[in-house]
Amino acid sequence: MQFGIFSVSDITQDPTTGRTPSEAERIDAAVQIAVKAEEVGLDVFAIGEHHNPPFFSSSPTTLLAHIAALTRRIILSTSVTLITTNDPVRIAEEYAMAQHLAKGRLDLTLGRGNTVPVYPWFGQDIRQGLPLALENYNLLHRLWREDVVDWEGKFRSALQGFTSTPRPLDDVPPFVWHGSIRTPEIAEQAAFYGNGFFANNLFAPNGHFAPLVNLYRQRFAHYGHGTPEQAIVGLGGQAFIAHRSQDAFKTFRPYFDKGPVYDHSVPLERWAEASPLSVGSPQQVIDKTMTFRDTFGDYQRQLWLVDHSGLPLKEVLNQLDLLGGEVVPVLRKEMAARRSPGAAEAPTHAGLVKAKYGDAEPRQPRPNANRGDNVTGTSPYQDSDPAKAAVYPVLR
Amino acid sequence: MSTPSLPVPPTAADSRRIVVVNGGTSDPSSSRMLAGRIAQKTSDRLREQGIDATTAVIELGPLAGEIAHAIVSGYPQEELLTAIESLAAADGVIVATPVYKAGISGLFKSFVDILDNDLLIAKPVVLSATAGTARHALVVDDQLRPLFAFMRALPTPTSVFAAPEDWADPGFAGRIDRAAAELAALVASDVGAAITGKVWGRYQHSFGGTVRPDTDSDVIDFDTDLMRLATGGAAAR
Repeated sequence: MQFGIFSVSDITQDPTTGRTPSEAERIDAAVQIAVKAEEVGLDVFAIGEHHNPPFFSSSPTTLLAHIAALTRRIILSTSVTLITTNDPVRIAEEYAMAQHLAKGRLDLTLGRGNTVPVYPWFGQDIRQGLPLALENYNLLHRLWREDVVDWEGKFRSALQGFTSTPRPLDDVPPFVWHGSIRTPEIAEQAAFYGNGFFANNLFAPNGHFAPLVNLYRQRFAHYGHGTPEQAIVGLGGQAFIAHRSQDAFKTFRPYFDKGPVYDHSVPLERWAEASPLSVGSPQQVIDKTMTFRDTFGDYQRQLWLVDHSGLPLKEVLNQLDLLGGEVVPVLRKEMAARRSPGAAEAPTHAGLVKAKYGDAEPRQPRPNANRGDNVTGTSPYQDSDPAKAAVYPVLR
Repeated sequence: MSTPSLPVPPTAADSRRIVVVNGGTSDPSSSRMLAGRIAQKTSDRLREQGIDATTAVIELGPLAGEIAHAIVSGYPQEELLTAIESLAAADGVIVATPVYKAGISGLFKSFVDILDNDLLIAKPVVLSATAGTARHALVVDDQLRPLFAFMRALPTPTSVFAAPEDWADPGFAGRIDRAAAELAALVASDVGAAITGKVWGRYQHSFGGTVRPDTDSDVIDFDTDLMRLATGGAAAR
């Protein structure tokens, strides 16, 4: 099982000092947080995607590629990549590129995004958000699996003879999680393709997302990818930890009280009790996280939100020390002790390569020669399927 | 195609559940008295047809805090959730609201605001309101009727309004009886179940809603354009 952190990249005033970090400071902090996450033994760092202030993360692959160069082990991911307002062709290209640079330590979570104006800024319409997300993924899926793609859909210009470059590392696409909080069609798509399903597990009552996760598990089995318990589930959560429970509440309270994402008519204590928000001692956070397993079954990835609502970098790094030093080691043991032998392994590039090739060497695509007009002719790679020739659009 | 039908909760064939929703908050509440009289008459009418009726009352006053929280958080909890579940399981509903500032009570509207859009589909409902003056008599038909039209409920042809003087008017009992008879007829006919049993899948539903908490794959409609698109098909044009 993988444990890590995810961030929405908000730049928020620290309510205890009145200071708002600059974009430069917050971007630098994100890098330090990711590096620290690896140092304390976490497995995953994920960053969100936003296209408006007060968020900084408009370009996740740039940030993740930089972090990849500074780390050796941690898996880099997104929370989320916008499958609606991004061109799936650009997602295919950018994430394959980042996957190469990260030597396979990269996957991604797809989400629709709920900021209404972002859609028109990118030429889209939020009212078409769901079909847009579904169609875009259908295309992305093919772009990473077929050397030559002919495609026609409703939302994007058609493709003829298109090859997304670079091909994924070892010709094994980055693992995809589909994130959703209420949409059965997204669970269905994740299940159909045998991809992962991620529930952010934030800001809702305990267990609220269980029906959607269960639906995904059932449909994963329905499509023949394995048993329901072999489905690949990721969960979010949120943690604020101190050695003594009362200190955790005391330190976190001003951030909760000012945080724009909370219903402030409900006191912090009630949130911490009735929702997946963990506030308290390491043991309390461990206990709370173990209830996620009771509710959702054995799962593959646990991510916590730890750097939001204006928490200063120093405190976030302290949280990582506690998370990596005292919480996660116990959770690894406890989760492993309870784990059903049939539960799926967490997805890694090495695991996916092994599943595809066994002990054989992975495919390493080598392009055919430039025929003089910057394309390779009817077959992009030396080992491309000759039966699937590229037919380029004709200019009339 | 097969349209998933709403699983009908098991009820004895000769038994029906009536649920009163009272938006009045005083004690005694005239809204509660009005709804109580309609409920009693409805039970009497049903019993005449050999049908037992149980009546449960949802008092919104004690739930006011939870209703406010649910409006803000989007998630009804605890006793409010229990109340909504009992409403979802009702065979017939009687709603009663006081008139405040020339309109229905905000508490009552807030309660309806947090219900799933599909919670009252094809459910027979008596609409009733009380006010301090007869000048508010049209509030029921002006405000409650469109609200329950949006909810796609089945309001009875007669709605009941009570100003103070109505409680001394012999014709008042007649209106109550008429509304109760209409409700009893609709409830006894199982018209709601007949409608939802046939075309439940054709209404829009949100996943994990109160009416259909069973979110297993065997009750979800996979035969839709979006589900086909989710599984590699083409988008509907």
